[in-house]
Amino acid sequence: MQIYLPIAEMSLNVFLLLGMGGVVGFLSGLFGVGGGFLMTPLLIFIGVPPAVAVGTEANQIVAASVSGVLAHWRRGNVDVKMGLVLLLGGLAGSTLGVMLFSFLRGLGQIDLVISLSYVVFLGTIGSLMLYESMRAMRRRKTAPGQRMKLHQHTWVHGLPLKMRFRRSKLYISALLPFTVGFLVGVLAAIMGVGGGFIMVPAMIYLLGMPTAVVIGTSLFQIIFVTANVTFLQAYANQTVDVVLALMLLTGAVIGAQFGARAGARLRGEELRGLLALMVLAVCGKLFFDLLVTPDDLYSLGVGQ
Amino acid sequence: MRRGRAVCHLGLSTAWLLLALSSPARATSDVLVVDLSQETVAITTGFAGTDVLLFGAMEGKGDVVVIVRGPDRPVVVRRKSRVLGVWVNTAKMTFERAPSFYAIASSRPLAEIAQETVLAREQMGLDHLRLDLPRAKASENVAAEWRAGLIRNHQRLGLYRSEIRPITIQFDRLFRAELTLPANVSTGKYQVQVYLFRDGRVVSARIRGLEVERIGAEAVIYDFAYQKSALYGLIAILVALMAGWVAHLAFRKA
Repeated sequence: MQIYLPIAEMSLNVFLLLGMGGVVGFLSGLFGVGGGFLMTPLLIFIGVPPAVAVGTEANQIVAASVSGVLAHWRRGNVDVKMGLVLLLGGLAGSTLGVMLFSFLRGLGQIDLVISLSYVVFLGTIGSLMLYESMRAMRRRKTAPGQRMKLHQHTWVHGLPLKMRFRRSKLYISALLPFTVGFLVGVLAAIMGVGGGFIMVPAMIYLLGMPTAVVIGTSLFQIIFVTANVTFLQAYANQTVDVVLALMLLTGAVIGAQFGARAGARLRGEELRGLLALMVLAVCGKLFFDLLVTPDDLYSLGVGQ
Repeated sequence: MRRGRAVCHLGLSTAWLLLALSSPARATSDVLVVDLSQETVAITTGFAGTDVLLFGAMEGKGDVVVIVRGPDRPVVVRRKSRVLGVWVNTAKMTFERAPSFYAIASSRPLAEIAQETVLAREQMGLDHLRLDLPRAKASENVAAEWRAGLIRNHQRLGLYRSEIRPITIQFDRLFRAELTLPANVSTGKYQVQVYLFRDGRVVSARIRGLEVERIGAEAVIYDFAYQKSALYGLIAILVALMAGWVAHLAFRKA
């Protein structure tokens, strides 16, 4: 059964879209990630124009983050104050990101920049996660590990505009989360992701937030950042396909339920190790595509 | 749906056949008459491409060639080259006008129907499609490579058809051809050009218009996205928020 997507201007199989949503939803439920970094490359792979894939995926992540954050909200795992500071940075960053996106699209370099961003960031995060989870697995086998130092003083604590974040038990400069939010916002707009896979490690390792509030707070600010991206992509580039977003969403919601159940049976470090392998696989595929000689050196572009 | 359309085609062509056979006097007043099974192609939610039936009658023996052309528009083509080991778009050419769709049907191989010069004049076949680059920008052989690149890309998308569809001629006077439009056709006014050849020369030609347009929900969403972009963005967000909330409720119950 085919469905015609009005903005992508192509016809795709309904079950393929639901299935993709389901599989990515399953993985996102399993690993507790948004899944944008899987879905956007997949959409591009099946022939959806990259610009439409990025714009539409932002729209889908809004929905995924809302359903995720509500669960965390009830458990009190959202640091609203921290979320708002991250969000301020995120809104500025994602606005700049969409402008950058339009500019690069006109130059004909957007596909390259999307691919390069994926390779660099997925490669880095994936390698770090894999290393960390392997170490955790080995440590569990050999000896009970020593606890990491909870807090270290560095130059960042000398920055101005200090703010108290009660729920995160932090007293740090607001510039720090603002900058993190800003940079992740730029990437979210360009890569068509929520940015959780960068935001979460940044919150833990750069800001020093307690793990319990990290996911909820990250989801909280992702809703607004991706909503901003959705609006700007729809307004400036007309690249948000609501029909496609709804198809993916339906599959993803169902898949995520099963994923979350399956995830409960695995150990944390095993999950992280598997996620790392998957991230590296996506990264490797995109990297390979950049290096291998294309079938046709000529391609059709947008813009004048 | 498909079967229904086929039956409809059959009915139309039978009617045409009867008409053509019963009134030979009328046919003499016109060397070539053609019609299409439909004047508009509607892109709806279930649109997965469509076949349009062309049928007609001609006087006396001859060969028929049909060309379907989508509306012309400017096309940007880019060329990649290797930069630091990575393939990057490094050059660009803009073709001022190129048809958005091009397909051809013929009763015999084109080479047997007419000479190259004739085919070139009528832009028959992809080899003869007029796609010019400004002289100042590209020398002749460079332009030919860009032109070939443009055609290959359109062929991959199924928008320039490589194969020549058959036209069947019955009783030396009636002909019919099935013209296929794929799912990714762009909208606009298409032209169906019908040529009657005799002894290697065009003796008659007819043009029929074919309108490809979005209908129903597809048209509403598309127009909304392009004409009221800001509102569309807000509604897209609202829909996502609602969907997320509904998903959360379903989660909690489960």
